[in-house]
Amino acid sequence: MKAPKFSYVRAESVEQVLELLERHGDDARILAGGQSLMPTLNMRLSQLRLLIDINRLQALAGISLQGNRVRIGALTRHVEVANSALVAEHLPLIAEAMPHVAHVAVRNRGTFGGSIALADPAAEMPACVLALGATLVLQSVIGRREVAASDYFQGLYETARRPDELLVEALIPVPRVSSVSVFKELAQRHGDFAIAGVAFHLEIDAGIVADARLVYFGSESKPTLARGASSAIVGRSIDDTSSAAAASALDADLSPMSSPHGSSRMRLHLQRVLTRRALAMAAERARPA
Amino acid sequence: MSEDTVQVSLVVNGEPVTRTVPVRQHLVDFLRTDLGLTGSHLGCEHGVCGACSVRVDGRVVRGCLMLAAQADGAEVVTIEGLDDTGEIADLQAAFVSRNALQCGFCTPGMLMTAAELLAERQQRSREEIRTFLSGNYCRCTGFHAIVDAIETTLAKRLGR
Repeated sequence: MKAPKFSYVRAESVEQVLELLERHGDDARILAGGQSLMPTLNMRLSQLRLLIDINRLQALAGISLQGNRVRIGALTRHVEVANSALVAEHLPLIAEAMPHVAHVAVRNRGTFGGSIALADPAAEMPACVLALGATLVLQSVIGRREVAASDYFQGLYETARRPDELLVEALIPVPRVSSVSVFKELAQRHGDFAIAGVAFHLEIDAGIVADARLVYFGSESKPTLARGASSAIVGRSIDDTSSAAAASALDADLSPMSSPHGSSRMRLHLQRVLTRRALAMAAERARPA
Repeated sequence: MSEDTVQVSLVVNGEPVTRTVPVRQHLVDFLRTDLGLTGSHLGCEHGVCGACSVRVDGRVVRGCLMLAAQADGAEVVTIEGLDDTGEIADLQAAFVSRNALQCGFCTPGMLMTAAELLAERQQRSREEIRTFLSGNYCRCTGFHAIVDAIETTLAKRLGR
């Protein structure tokens, strides 16, 4: 189908976007990569009065190291994140997740911030920023505010972003040298929406897990830090027993959604399977070479 | 605020073009109906099938997931342009000799995507070629012959 009628503004500055958001709020929608918004427009699932195209705003793009944090601008395209030496060096979790983000043509256009702003429950980047303890920066005419990823994702496509705010960047702490990360997901076909997935970030000290952030996505309404599973593995070495303990803690941590792609029970099972596989891989990666 | 139409100036297959377009028109409708470049096909129109793949500023994108209005200032290459330059003449020949198409509806998109893989000049396994093509649907061939054609072309280009 064809998109419905809307007004269109090609924004020339961040200030202009913020003023338009201030004035139009929920009636306006930001067009970044458009890889999720355009399908819903073409299918007439989205209704909006004003489309604000931010693709000219190069101030919102780019990856840089700022002290001990990596700044990824909201308009940075997935392909740039995937090709970034900085990301490969400091954020291996995101580098490992990137090939799972849709398909080549979508990664060439879709943006890092767009994925986080939309908060699709099957999306990879929201899970990664949550696992890495990132800070998300929101801007409005009033000013900037920083929101921890753990407070940002609130529900199905629901985030802490107010209608007058623009997501401008993510600030991601550079993990310690002793940390290990693993990303895995299951989809029916490469690049399709995940039916279950994990983004794990662990601190491993002399074979013992000092800290763990086990994040689950695809099955839940939002990326979910599994507190029970995470604490089940802390203070222990990764082996069959501790992995099984983490996997069974998921009963209380998760409440998977049912869909034609899998029942709640099946998805819980898949998340347990991914937990064991990902922890085994974490143990392998933590082993001194 | 804004109008229902907007003026765009872009380069399509090497030719500068200036037109006034409806703001809600996507890029492939513009290319097909305004410029008569009907090689880019419209399948699903929501970014799943890949038949509308075109190159924008050097990278393959979904033509249905980008507004024509957004192409202002861009350099767009369609399958017609790619054919003209001869960049993929070897790939096209391999598609013919391996029977890598039946109805041909997906072929322009397949070629656009494969062109990007070939341009990277990296050794790729069949599995990697399939993964690269995962965003392009073919409903006739079962992909086998398409992967054959790309694998053969890549091997020749890499001198193997």
